Amino acid sequence: MSRQIVVVTAGLTVPSSTRLLADQLAETTTAQVTARGETVDIEFIELREVAGELATFMVTGGIPTPRLTELREQVAAADGLIVVTPVFNGSYSGLFKMFFDALDKDSLAGTPVLIAAAAGSARHSLVLDHALRPLFAYLRAVVVPTGIFAATEDFGSHGLSDRITRAAAELATLVLSQGGYGVGGFAPDLAARPRRTSGTQVEADVTPFGDLLRGHSGTD
Amino acid sequence: MQFGIFSVGDVTTDPTDGRTPSEAERISAMTQYALKAEEVGLDVFATGEHHNPPFVVSSPTTHLGFIAAQTEKLLLSTSTTLITTNDPVKIAEDYAFLQHLSGGRVDLMMGRGNTGPVYPWFGKDIRDGIKLAVENYHLLRKLWREPVVNWQGQFRTPLQGYTSTPAPLDGTPPFVWHGSIRSTEIAEQAAYYGDGFFHNHIFWSKEHTEQMVTLYRRRFEHYGHGAADQAYVGLGGQAFMASTEAEAKRVFRPYFDNAPVYGHGPSLEDFSEMTPLTVGTPEQVIERTLGFADYVGDYQRQLFLMDHAGLPTSLVLEQIEMLGTEVVPVLRTEFERRRPAHVPSDPPTHASLVAAGPDAPHHLVEPARARAEELAAQAEKDSQVTA
Repeated sequence: MSRQIVVVTAGLTVPSSTRLLADQLAETTTAQVTARGETVDIEFIELREVAGELATFMVTGGIPTPRLTELREQVAAADGLIVVTPVFNGSYSGLFKMFFDALDKDSLAGTPVLIAAAAGSARHSLVLDHALRPLFAYLRAVVVPTGIFAATEDFGSHGLSDRITRAAAELATLVLSQGGYGVGGFAPDLAARPRRTSGTQVEADVTPFGDLLRGHSGTD
Repeated sequence: MQFGIFSVGDVTTDPTDGRTPSEAERISAMTQYALKAEEVGLDVFATGEHHNPPFVVSSPTTHLGFIAAQTEKLLLSTSTTLITTNDPVKIAEDYAFLQHLSGGRVDLMMGRGNTGPVYPWFGKDIRDGIKLAVENYHLLRKLWREPVVNWQGQFRTPLQGYTSTPAPLDGTPPFVWHGSIRSTEIAEQAAYYGDGFFHNHIFWSKEHTEQMVTLYRRRFEHYGHGAADQAYVGLGGQAFMASTEAEAKRVFRPYFDNAPVYGHGPSLEDFSEMTPLTVGTPEQVIERTLGFADYVGDYQRQLFLMDHAGLPTSLVLEQIEMLGTEVVPVLRTEFERRRPAHVPSDPPTHASLVAAGPDAPHHLVEPARARAEELAAQAEKDSQVTA
């Protein structure tokens, strides 16, 4: 079964160094998955294309547009994510954060995520560990150990491509080990599997009213 | 089928002239809308309830009592009554009193309220919202149905030998709706008691509204109140009309662009696609509204939001007039034309509930209790067989 990896990229220009970095991460991750005898489909989400819809979602208290609903479902169903942001004022861009703010808080639980940032200067390199890592920790994603930070001078350097290979290998390993939840021949403990939801559909499973009323009926 | 208007009672500056109505003017305007609603043949006027600026609607039964005195047929309702922060004992008294004043022209829509800071002013916590809605409503049902109530819950002082006065008119509690945009627990609650379910509809996509109503209908049938398509459904709607679509948009656009909730966001055109908002001719409003039944099924109550975003009183009165004289008469005919015979046209009213007699399920605190226990026992048995 082919794995689905979604690349979320928040570059603003066309072409952008953010997208360039995203492309390299996607290619290398594909190579790493393929090298393990598996296949992967990579899908890109260019946040620039839904900037207006994200703003609408925010100011209307969450009324979804069809396109945004599609993206939220795509992310919640992904086997892994590669997320790439430009660095603005020492942090991820507002557009990047808006997208993750528009997701259900259970969208990414237990999902491997490779974090990456592109910046004009190496002085911003802590943005990965001080801004991106906490954001995805809150979302209970599994952030791969190697984060990719690329300043202008890194593009074309061996150091960057080596780090990309290391991060892509880590992501590929995590993505392919998904769905086990069993150890060496034991049946998987499905209850322990993180429950993910896109939040775009009304939950069909409702708590029976008897359970909601228990302790509140005034007689028990 | 019942048609009417509902209001949130906001005091909002008119963006076209910068004028802000006084609270007195806003309250008086709402009264005029209710009287106009009766005059033009609408069935229902529902007022919101809020306890913080910019709203004026803190005392619904005072207002509805005042309106009741000046009307003869209009059904007085709420959108919504805060079942979380109000004392259910006071709701039981106030709305029973209003029944007596109005000759039974009362029903209510329960809602939780969505503003965190309001809860502590009433000694409550928004994080308990669902539990408060469950416990308080259950107590309210008892207060309206049991002559003497002994009760102890988690959120209010226990009651010993308490009798709510006045008792409901003709010993018949008002019909209740439960309003919720997203919480499936509230749809479940409405279904459990066989009450109505109202979806606000105007701040969400039709796909979402459809799923919430479908859930309610399915659970209504599950609890044995009737078939899913016989459950009592109400919807909100939002419209602005003129003789041409271009004129309607020209007049409404500044109000839309500056409106609380969605102003300064999506365009009028985008929002009209995302939600049921219809800005155009009465014919367009008719067509759009008839389409609601295509995704929620044949339903019983349609309320329109007409007075918000700083629209001046004269304009709102014109809109209500058009709604009552040009739109609703056609909707009545067309909705009945498509409705199957076994699907009720109207939700229960005081007259129909009295006619059903004192042994009708409406008079039970938990009409579905036996059915729910049966289902639970069956589920238990099934799980043992499987095990």
